[in-house]
Amino acid sequence: MSYGFQRTATGRIVLRVDQVERGLLASVARQVIDLVKPEEHAADPDPLAAQIGWVDGEVGPSDDPAVARLLPDAYSDAADASEFRRFTEHDLRQTKVQHATTVLAEVERSGDKITVGSADSWLGTLNDARIAIGTRIQIAEDNHEELASLPEDDPRAGLFHVYDWLTFLQESLVRCLNPSLYGFSDNDIPVIDD
Amino acid sequence: MAGVSGAARLKPVTGVSVPVEVAPEVDEQVHGQVDIEPQRPWITIVWNDPINLMSYVTYVFMTYFKYPREKAEQLMRDVHYEGRAVVSAGSREEMERDVAAMHSFGLWATLQKDD
Repeated sequence: MSYGFQRTATGRIVLRVDQVERGLLASVARQVIDLVKPEEHAADPDPLAAQIGWVDGEVGPSDDPAVARLLPDAYSDAADASEFRRFTEHDLRQTKVQHATTVLAEVERSGDKITVGSADSWLGTLNDARIAIGTRIQIAEDNHEELASLPEDDPRAGLFHVYDWLTFLQESLVRCLNPSLYGFSDNDIPVIDD
Repeated sequence: MAGVSGAARLKPVTGVSVPVEVAPEVDEQVHGQVDIEPQRPWITIVWNDPINLMSYVTYVFMTYFKYPREKAEQLMRDVHYEGRAVVSAGSREEMERDVAAMHSFGLWATLQKDD
């Protein structure tokens, strides 16, 4: 197990990973992209509308609970929610894809030490991945212990381990970005050599 | 959790900034009526969920809304312990922008008229 994201003496944020962890991060980023990438509307007669992703007619939340949670309704009223979604969902999908694409590129060009270029992209992608996995394994406020003690042959067991690791990574990144949230001042947060 | 909820603190104070108190004659002459609409009639609500980290939610409130840590942490606690918090108020367009931003951060947010 790594130390999570750490600050270096020169102010960079780095993550030391082994081969398995590095492959896992790349896989997680790719799965976020696959999950949220904009749906293609090949038959759209209006090329401008197709390009900016505006959709004709009623659009509701996805049938996939993970996607529905990543792209939630903005209004409780279904008609208002649909209208909002028509004009904004494409942008939201693109933002999430861009974040995950950035993370994937940073992972792929790194060895066992990943330097964080875009912290926003990492936070977004770690969070999106946790939302997707957490929704799949139906995580709740009070079932962590239950999920942690699942037998290894339960398909949720492996997913929970990944979820748990991504949670640890995200916590460590938030701590690097804002040490005061963890009771550290900017001066006394632990740093490592570059 | 005890304490004042975010919803109570962030609610616009209606009736205070009605223009009639400043220049009633001018207002009535120009418009023929007094504008009594509250100035900030829409609100953004963030809802609790079992996945988002408390530190991350606080971080988002501090970086996006530029709230000081104490206020961001109070709003986070309102979300976590009371199930929801009103995190901003303003025009419908402003609230749609805030909700879209919350969704990009992965927070579960909706907007509605404040009534």
